[in-house]
Amino acid sequence: MEFYGKTFGSRLLLGTALYPSPSVMAEAVRASGAEILTVSLRRESAAERQGQDFWTLIRDTGATVLPNTAGCHSVKEAVTTAEMARELFGTPWIKLEVIGEADTLQPDVFGLVEAARILCADGFEVFPYTTDDLVVAERLLEAGCQVLMPWGAPIGSGRGLNNPYALRSMRAHFPDVPLVVDAGIGLPSHAAAAMELGYDAILLNTAVAKAGDPVRMAEAFAKAIAAGRLGFEADPMEMRDMAAPSTPVLGKALLA
Amino acid sequence: MTLTINGQPADHAAATLAELVEALGLADAKVATALNGTFVPVRTRAATPLSHGDRIEVVAPRQGG
Repeated sequence: MEFYGKTFGSRLLLGTALYPSPSVMAEAVRASGAEILTVSLRRESAAERQGQDFWTLIRDTGATVLPNTAGCHSVKEAVTTAEMARELFGTPWIKLEVIGEADTLQPDVFGLVEAARILCADGFEVFPYTTDDLVVAERLLEAGCQVLMPWGAPIGSGRGLNNPYALRSMRAHFPDVPLVVDAGIGLPSHAAAAMELGYDAILLNTAVAKAGDPVRMAEAFAKAIAAGRLGFEADPMEMRDMAAPSTPVLGKALLA
Repeated sequence: MTLTINGQPADHAAATLAELVEALGLADAKVATALNGTFVPVRTRAATPLSHGDRIEVVAPRQGG
């Protein structure tokens, strides 16, 4: 799997928030096999220096870092956050979030396209957190994005794939664009289902971090994602409405 | 002069953003800065003067999804 010319073995992108402790996070990262971790930027106080310890922990995982613009509601905020992230993390990668609605944390797709245009023109490699709208997806590609990350369901909801039809359409429309289901995944089976649709990867956080046992859940997701991918590559059978016996009918003994 | 640093009002005598970051005890820390909503790279902090009423954000890596 490739994002912006970089190749990865794992198809799971893991968030680093909401874990019961830093050590559980580090262990979950190991169990997940994730090679890309999402991080954010928050205010640093000299007294606590929380960010410094966190950065050491992340650096020690050896993973590639994907900073986000979480919580940004305007183009300006998102662009400034991306600029700060590029300097701080030394990467052109940015998971671009421009939030438009408080209850669903639905992307403001108009702001998203505008911010993507500004950032791509400035040399950023943008991972846009978007909806499953095909027209918006097309605009994001025109803006210069080489990855699309449609939501499965609202962030943190754990509802899974709210609209499998739309996700299937997106896969069919953009066969050559890396597609990542980002947000809304709650169970390993949700992730497997997205992979069976032909998605390239899954980005999730809460489903692992808020599980009773985040480390085991990280492993469960790793397996589900690998299984879903393998299933997709193996070209699944056609679905049908009526039964079709699998055991041969011919040669059955007449016993009635 | 009064500045707003990470949302909190504070009196500081720092003439530049670099001096302020140093006065905050974060000169050695992995932080990024913005002045009145605009990103200020490390290399231009020393050439960025501060004035009364400026809003400064000093951010660091943190957990994210």
